[in-house]
Amino acid sequence: MISAQVLALIDNAFLSLVGSAIPASTVVLLAATGAMLGERVGVLNLGQEGLIGVGAVYAVIAVLSWGITSPWLALLIGMAAAALAGLIFAVAVVVFRANQVLVGLALALGGVGLSNQLGTNRNGTPIQNTFQEVSLGGSFEDGSVLEAFLFHDPIVYLAYIAMPVALWFLLFRTRHGMNMRAVGENPAAADAVGVSVMRSRLGYTVLGAALSGAGGAYMVLSFTPTWSPDIARGRGWVALAVVIFAGWRPGWVVAGALLYGSMISLDTTAQARGWELPFFGPSDLSFFLSMLPYVVTLIAILIPAGAAKIGRRVRATAAPGALAIPYWREER
Amino acid sequence: MTARGVTKAFGGVRALDSVDFEADWGEVHALLGENGAGKTTLCNILAGIYRADSGDIAVGGARRELRNPAQAIEAGIGMVHQHFRLVEPMTVAENIHLGWPETPGVVTQRALIDRTRRFMDEIGLHVDPTAKIWQLSVGEQQRVEILRVLARGARVLILDEPTAVLTAPEAEDLFKVMRSLAAAGLTVIFISHKLNEVLEVSDRLTVLRNGVREITRPSAGATAQELARLMTGEERELEVEHRVVTGEASLDLRGVSARNDRGIGALHEVDLTVRAGEIMGIAGVSGNGQTELAEVICSLRPAQSGSITLNGTDITDFSVRAIANMGVGHIPEDRIGVGMVLSAPVKDNAVLHNYWTGEFSRGVSLDRARVISFAKRLVELARVQTRSVFAAAGQLSGGNQQRLVARREALVGDRALVAAHPTRGLDVNAAQEVRATILEKRDHGCAVLMISDDLDEIMLMSDRIAVMYEGRVMGVFDAADADRERIGLLMGGHEPALAAAP
Ligand SMILES: Nc1ncnc2c1ncn2[C@@H]1O[C@H](COP(=O)(O)OP(=O)(O)OP(=O)(O)O)[C@@H](O)[C@H]1O
Ligand SMILES: [Mg+2]
Repeated sequence: MISAQVLALIDNAFLSLVGSAIPASTVVLLAATGAMLGERVGVLNLGQEGLIGVGAVYAVIAVLSWGITSPWLALLIGMAAAALAGLIFAVAVVVFRANQVLVGLALALGGVGLSNQLGTNRNGTPIQNTFQEVSLGGSFEDGSVLEAFLFHDPIVYLAYIAMPVALWFLLFRTRHGMNMRAVGENPAAADAVGVSVMRSRLGYTVLGAALSGAGGAYMVLSFTPTWSPDIARGRGWVALAVVIFAGWRPGWVVAGALLYGSMISLDTTAQARGWELPFFGPSDLSFFLSMLPYVVTLIAILIPAGAAKIGRRVRATAAPGALAIPYWREER
Repeated sequence: MTARGVTKAFGGVRALDSVDFEADWGEVHALLGENGAGKTTLCNILAGIYRADSGDIAVGGARRELRNPAQAIEAGIGMVHQHFRLVEPMTVAENIHLGWPETPGVVTQRALIDRTRRFMDEIGLHVDPTAKIWQLSVGEQQRVEILRVLARGARVLILDEPTAVLTAPEAEDLFKVMRSLAAAGLTVIFISHKLNEVLEVSDRLTVLRNGVREITRPSAGATAQELARLMTGEERELEVEHRVVTGEASLDLRGVSARNDRGIGALHEVDLTVRAGEIMGIAGVSGNGQTELAEVICSLRPAQSGSITLNGTDITDFSVRAIANMGVGHIPEDRIGVGMVLSAPVKDNAVLHNYWTGEFSRGVSLDRARVISFAKRLVELARVQTRSVFAAAGQLSGGNQQRLVARREALVGDRALVAAHPTRGLDVNAAQEVRATILEKRDHGCAVLMISDDLDEIMLMSDRIAVMYEGRVMGVFDAADADRERIGLLMGGHEPALAAAP
């Protein structure tokens, strides 16, 4: 008797959670995939927060100021802007071998600042031409289980299904992907057999930045859909955590993004329902929940480290061997 | 293959000064020279890793542009580097197919493995294609490198100090491969400091000296003494007098067991005694627990059981620093990973093992002037060739890095010195100098534990010899009645009926 009620409650909460988590996690998923691409070739781009901002603000500018009506075109413009920012980053760290952490942090701060500046006059102006939801099968009652899973806009399907499958295939089933992984693990080895380390590092850092920009553009073209300052609100940092959690594997990035997206949504749900943390007030719950993604990441990092400590190698989740290390052929 | 007037400078220092070099088809050509003479640099230029400042290179009569490794591979030149360039977490099959245009665009492990098996059969070299690189021994990794080069149809194979890390039987196998490749019409160029093996396998040889070619001549008729003189202009003799030392143990191991990196038992109940003023040589095929033995003594690896004492003090659970403070020096097997910080300047590396002592530190601050003057002295003493003590240690040639580490540790070790392969990668003279230093240490009462897989070196230097096999001490001999044959048998795990009691 009690159990039925409890179950119904859990069911409802779970559904609303997943329902809001899928679109909410798309941003994290795109940015995490972008970050993973760069890291796979050994380039750590901490600037995700800034790239999301740049992607978002240029999509907004495209729609509101340049009169672009197609959300697809606006998305591409957002991606191109982020790719340009990514190119500057990539040239600094790959060609000039600047410290990846420092330049990445500069990109994060600079990108957020730039996008806030460009977005000032556009705060809160709603965007009309957003991506429209399409059904993946039939029609549903409002709020049904199926709707939560099968009624989204095309970007969601691309990001959750097409992109991870394509990237998995690229990384683990093609010659090109094998060379790419070698560049991230041991650039000197890849170089000695004729793989161009510079080209793949530049290429995938820029492509990754474009994906992160797509995440930002998606926010304003579907999720919010309007510009507000600090639009990424920490999702860029969460994306970096997701990459670690996922062990640099595309499929796991999807799972990680969903998990982390749920944690972000949980915050909103909790506030809406007025849940409280025992002994603390409602505001503390919000703080607690926004901390959760990082706590989970910490645990995800500690598990393989702990396994190594007791003498077991967990090789699959290890970071690319040359992550954040610049490479120069004539240096030794 | 011919190279004309090849010049290369690093930051104003000429590593190669218009060098001419030629190797014929079907020959094994040895490249000799002192540490820092420019051998690796020349090979790296041929392999497209370094770009020459000037000079022409031709393969089979046609001039070749070698601006990157891809162009060198295209020209049929393949190189096996001193530090292997393999991707550790990937399989053998994947490593062989890396960066190769002939690899199918869409790959599966099965297809790669099948293709790898086919090459192995064609070429006649075998390694398990499904193994990950980090699971392989050094000799097997080298075979993967050679396979990779040959699978791409290389006609010129360059090997940089290939035998430095191989055991004697592995080296013999490698020589057979080199000979058969030359017989098939390929050019094999190899670098070595071991003059005997050079004379044994090479058809011709070229000596470099300070970046200049000294001579190219047929190997037949040359003697080791002659070559040593050509390389360095002089020759050093080493007088070794073996001693029988009795008395108290200085370094004493009782029932010591330890595990290797993979968590498998590597040392089993080892009892070993080194007295003050003697050299205890550890003979054995590498990989039988010697590395772990050295690390356990220096606290770099925990002992699972047993005790280690130094002059009566139990040091089993001491920290690495506490052991260094007691005057224990350690010349590590892996000079790059354990012995030095490549990105730090030579001066910092010179005091790496005792920078915290009163000699170089005042409280929390380092006494720069003293560090620099000590580094300069060490560089001079060890004859480390470097632009200055402020240059990064990573820029030194392999042998010069070894000179620096070996001499530094010999200075630190007053009471005991653990020397793992102390002369690896050193040219003849530098090797003699390091040996002389170790002997001098011994004569001043230091207990020396010397590990080497060169049995000649062990026989030459040791006052007593312990043979290790599969983590156990198989027997201990006085130098006077050490018998090569019996030691050889013990190294292979055969227990002769009359094994001496320890
Ligand atoms: N990348 C580099 N940067 C700076 N200096 C270098 C570099 N490579 C080589 N050198 C310098 O060039 C000289 C020749 O070095 P090289 O490695 O060719 O010597 P080697 O003959 O191979 O010696 P060894 O027997 O010790 O390996 C050395 O003085 C070394 O310090
Ligand atoms: Mg060398």
